[in-house]
Amino acid sequence: MAKNSLGREIPAQWRGRTLDPYLDPWNKKPEVLRATRPLVRRSPGDSKLLPSLRAALEKCELRDGMNISTHHHLRNGDLLLNMLVKEMDAMGLRDMGIASSSVHAVHAEIIPYIRKGVITRIETGVNGLIGEMVSRGELNCSVIVRSHGGRARSLVTGEVEVDAAFIAAPCCDITGNMNGVHGPSACGSLGYAYTDARYAKKVIAVTDNLVRYPASPISISQSDVDYVVQIESLGDPRKIVSTTTRITRDPAGLLIAKYAAEVIEASGLLKDGFSFQTGAGGTSLAVADNIRRKMAAGQIKGSFGCGGITGYFVDMLEQGYFETLFDVQCFDLNAVDSMRRNAGHREISADLYASPFNRGSVVNMLDCVILGATEVDVDFNVNVNTESSGYLLHNTGGHCDTAAGAKLAIVVAPSIRGRLPIVRNAVTTVTTPGETVDVIVTERGICIADKHVDLKKELLRRNLPVKDIRQFHEEITQITGIPKPVEFDDEIVALIEYRDGSIIDVVRRVRE
Amino acid sequence: MKIQRKASSGTMQSSDLMVVVEPSETLQIEIESTVKKQFEHLIRAQITTTLEHLGVQTGRIQISDRGALDYAIAARIETAIKRSSEE
Repeated sequence: MAKNSLGREIPAQWRGRTLDPYLDPWNKKPEVLRATRPLVRRSPGDSKLLPSLRAALEKCELRDGMNISTHHHLRNGDLLLNMLVKEMDAMGLRDMGIASSSVHAVHAEIIPYIRKGVITRIETGVNGLIGEMVSRGELNCSVIVRSHGGRARSLVTGEVEVDAAFIAAPCCDITGNMNGVHGPSACGSLGYAYTDARYAKKVIAVTDNLVRYPASPISISQSDVDYVVQIESLGDPRKIVSTTTRITRDPAGLLIAKYAAEVIEASGLLKDGFSFQTGAGGTSLAVADNIRRKMAAGQIKGSFGCGGITGYFVDMLEQGYFETLFDVQCFDLNAVDSMRRNAGHREISADLYASPFNRGSVVNMLDCVILGATEVDVDFNVNVNTESSGYLLHNTGGHCDTAAGAKLAIVVAPSIRGRLPIVRNAVTTVTTPGETVDVIVTERGICIADKHVDLKKELLRRNLPVKDIRQFHEEITQITGIPKPVEFDDEIVALIEYRDGSIIDVVRRVRE
Repeated sequence: MKIQRKASSGTMQSSDLMVVVEPSETLQIEIESTVKKQFEHLIRAQITTTLEHLGVQTGRIQISDRGALDYAIAARIETAIKRSSEE
């Protein structure tokens, strides 16, 4: 057992894999060529259409121990992954890996199949019950949490081999040309699936909306698709990107947003060409609202908005605050609609969005990103994966990718959440290293990384409540009391990969 | 003060708590909390302090906590006890 540079104990090996302990955000370099997939020849008249998922699984010649993938653009409305797991069970397949871009609460349906040994590996982060059960040692399933950029990297380098990628295609033709913007299961961007389409051994388009050739626009093209399967329904449209994203009305959240916007202004980045990313949370959107007002007041024209896109960013595009939106995932139906009508609303792959191992990803061009946290620590390390209960409950998303790429990475969070202080001596799990986090904004104080001397001076000049993070930690815990640390067993149930593939932390079984 | 009848106070909102008190021969404190692992000891200490302050020696005190801070715990308990001891 060695310690990585953040002091986290990382074993030399875990379940057959040799681990590379995290060192720093910048210096790990790729040492391999791009992965590849077999070439094939298709002649005129060849049909790709298969009658069922079962037929597709058989055609892919899946064997025990292989990996399949899906994308998570249908979020909690996704039906495909559950269907595939049930079919694999019926075929007698065992020891399979799920290398999807994320696993959501809706996929708790696969838990019985994990118990049965159909699924033994999840090569992505998990949201919800599966993670909790893994943390309790109730499921025998290896979990490797990867960021969006890290997952793209792991396919491109061949570290994760996807034997069959099943791509939910809301609009598709018989050759496999597809897009996500038309049809009853429209989800907008197919950004995460691009990487699968390029690197999986077999690519199967699964659609509930088979249109006459050619499907248009083409997001993923026929030249990458092996088979096409038509099924009744890809998902529950009420749960596909249907969350209405709204600005918070909570006074603490609004104050946090006001402070965050002032920090951005004080940083000097808010000028013509400004680029910006936020999540879809109510506080993040309130920051965007404040920024929009400041841009209007200063007649500032930004360059691009990025990330998971919300209707709020669509409005900013259409009102001229940004020239371009880079969209790896639509967070609401306004964003899906916008992709159909706005030429400046561009679909991008996870690789282009956030991979550390290519010739430059979009996150590297970000001025500012607004991020969330379940905990931060006095060294600015951020946890979004586990909660203070110790359970693995959330995927990383683009958190560590955008923090590394952006000039200014701002974490916004309430200082106390259900009695739990946001600032800890040490976070339960490190998702994002403190070296890439610049500012932490709460309703009770703003903490700035030491390297930003000028920004700190400017914020003090503006009479903002700048606080030393260690003193701030004391101030909050005087209100909440000091939480008793959660106890863990030695057994490691999940790895937290940093975006470059080194191991930034591990998740241990919670002692109940 | 003495717990004469069943009474309650509070809500199940985040950062609040629900308190139910009723008469009993002995003192029984039952705690359910979203942050039980981390804060049960402090929640119990606050309940005990508040009961002592109010002179309550017996009763069944049930707490459903959603991460309330100490002052909220004290206020909700005091209210429930006063409600249970009113003529």
